[in-house]
Amino acid sequence: MKPIYLDNNATTRVDPAVVEAMLPFFTEHFGNASSMHAFGSQVGRALKTARAQVQALIGAEHESEIIFTSCGTESDATAILSALKAQPERNTVIITAVEHPAILSLGEWLEKEGYIVHTLKVDKRGRIDLDEYKSMLHERVAVVSAMWANNETGTLFPVEEMAEIAAAKGIMFHTDAVQAVGKIPIDLKRTKIDMLSLSGHKLHAPKGIGALYLRRGCRFRPLLRGGHQERGRRAGTENSAAIVGLGKACELALEHLSTENTQVRGLRDQLEQGLLSQITHCFATGDTRHRLPNTSNIAFEYIEGEAILLLLNKLGIAASSGSACTSGSLEPSHVMRAMGIPYTAAHGTIRFSLSRWNTAEEIQHVISATPPIIEQLRKLSPYWSNNGPSESLGTGFSPTYA
Amino acid sequence: MWEYSDKVREHFYNPRNSGPLDAANGIGDVGSIQCGDALRLMLKVDPQSEVILDAHFQTFGCGSAIASSSALTEIIKGMTLDEALNVSNQDIADYLDGLPPEKMHCSVMGREALQAAVANYRGEEWSDDHEEGALICKCFAIDAVMIEEVIRANNLTTVQDVTFYTKAGGGCAACHEGIEDILAKVLTEHASDGEAPPPRPAGNTAEAPAPAAKMTLVQKIHKIEEVLESVRPMLQRDHGDVALADVQGKKIYVHLTGACAGCMMEAATLGGIQQKMIEALGELVQVLPASHMPVDV
Repeated sequence: MKPIYLDNNATTRVDPAVVEAMLPFFTEHFGNASSMHAFGSQVGRALKTARAQVQALIGAEHESEIIFTSCGTESDATAILSALKAQPERNTVIITAVEHPAILSLGEWLEKEGYIVHTLKVDKRGRIDLDEYKSMLHERVAVVSAMWANNETGTLFPVEEMAEIAAAKGIMFHTDAVQAVGKIPIDLKRTKIDMLSLSGHKLHAPKGIGALYLRRGCRFRPLLRGGHQERGRRAGTENSAAIVGLGKACELALEHLSTENTQVRGLRDQLEQGLLSQITHCFATGDTRHRLPNTSNIAFEYIEGEAILLLLNKLGIAASSGSACTSGSLEPSHVMRAMGIPYTAAHGTIRFSLSRWNTAEEIQHVISATPPIIEQLRKLSPYWSNNGPSESLGTGFSPTYA
Repeated sequence: MWEYSDKVREHFYNPRNSGPLDAANGIGDVGSIQCGDALRLMLKVDPQSEVILDAHFQTFGCGSAIASSSALTEIIKGMTLDEALNVSNQDIADYLDGLPPEKMHCSVMGREALQAAVANYRGEEWSDDHEEGALICKCFAIDAVMIEEVIRANNLTTVQDVTFYTKAGGGCAACHEGIEDILAKVLTEHASDGEAPPPRPAGNTAEAPAPAAKMTLVQKIHKIEEVLESVRPMLQRDHGDVALADVQGKKIYVHLTGACAGCMMEAATLGGIQQKMIEALGELVQVLPASHMPVDV
């Protein structure tokens, strides 16, 4: 059987139609969009088309609200730093505990630089408390940044409502929508969201291209200064081939938006139910009723995620884990810890993230291949004896912890 | 994906001696709650000869944790308890044709599990005082807790000092920001105590390190031997030992043997010896493992 790729929240395959759209921009259309001659103007027109394609997918009111960047991380950093630089009288940033490292690490660094960063906690389902959120807003807050969808669990935050609340208090609102764009309908012109970050490689465009949506009128300070590209808001010669690719990918994502929410969602639910019904002591993490249609994150208790991944990989199945061992850090996923998932479960979390290319046959294969792997590893686990956790049998394993 | 050796993969896919051992008379349970690895080592020991007749394991952990548990049981079967206690984490890694440095750090719990199992067999209490922090130096697998302890113990103030004492930062240098952060944290704490960074402690006696009075090489070697003698009991308690290999100018080469060889605390051990040497000799010297000795001088 061909390898089965269920790690689309990590990155996606570039759609062949996207590759095809990009190729001429490496060869005949190699010009610099800023040039006066025909070589440049061809590229300039292609960038305009791409900008309109991105605009359409996220429902931006104006094409000029789209700024191309090199990746989601750059978009995130540009947004937060701009909000602070443009409003020097405001020194506080509000984020959530489950943000991507692109936001979390930036927050840690801002604290070292003397800014104040408040972190909204989440409950055991990964949800924020809107009352707590409201209580954190005051006139010194420069920007709120909350992810639209969580990369590990797929949990959706009520960002439209959060943006309304921030706007009512005159506070800028940014959302890291890297996982959400292309998977759920987004219509920015009907929201109060000021800034939104997206990344190409999560929606079948290549790596190395991203975009920042910047609402017209939102005060802005560029991260990169130099040439007049992107209307002076992001200097540096345009990565024209990748921009064209992102545009095409956004056009395709808009066409397939219903596929995501019917076919992909159906397969995801089938996978999740198939695993949960066959395997004991496992559960789906996050807010399972409000999440991305393609993501299922399952905690398999008493075993460790990297070991599961290695055995899945041996069978040609690719997924990812929140275990410490897969990240090179010593701690399991900050998302799982923020939700209070116990260590013995957090280390055994496996994220399956689908795309429109997954088939029912693949999902059936994963449903039948996974239970023996879980059983095999539980047999090795000191927390497990016979058919259940050893603690319930009174022979509890309680190691001396280092 | 980690670069695991074929041998690691093989032991992970087909672990030896896994599962409970009913006749076990020595059981060691160890783990690291944060990094998520935990290991139960079960030994069946012959009471007369103290030979390990059988060894089994159960492991909650990643691929290399399972593989190194499997390797450990294979290595120690047939050994006496004292022989088994000399098996180091490095021996386990070598048996598996090496492990990624990040994995040496947290997943190889073999040594701790052995100590715990032997203590259990002998009816002793065993506790592990080895605390782990976030991995800072990926080249030499040195964590934040170790760096912080060494900075405090030796009043270090620069990244170069830290590298000198722990090796951290001596490789690709990408972790220098992390080391600077730890230095800044410790120095800030000192400053908030209302005092400048305290001077290097001069030892318990009022005697300051003898400055200048130049020693002959023989006198110097005598002093060095005295320092080594003073630390040997401490190392022997941990089933290790140290011996002088050579003195070349300001470089003192030593053989670390037994449990000290390849121990992940090696750098800290050498750092501690070095500090004593500097105090005893009254000059800056460097203590290095004999393996660092130039081949041809």
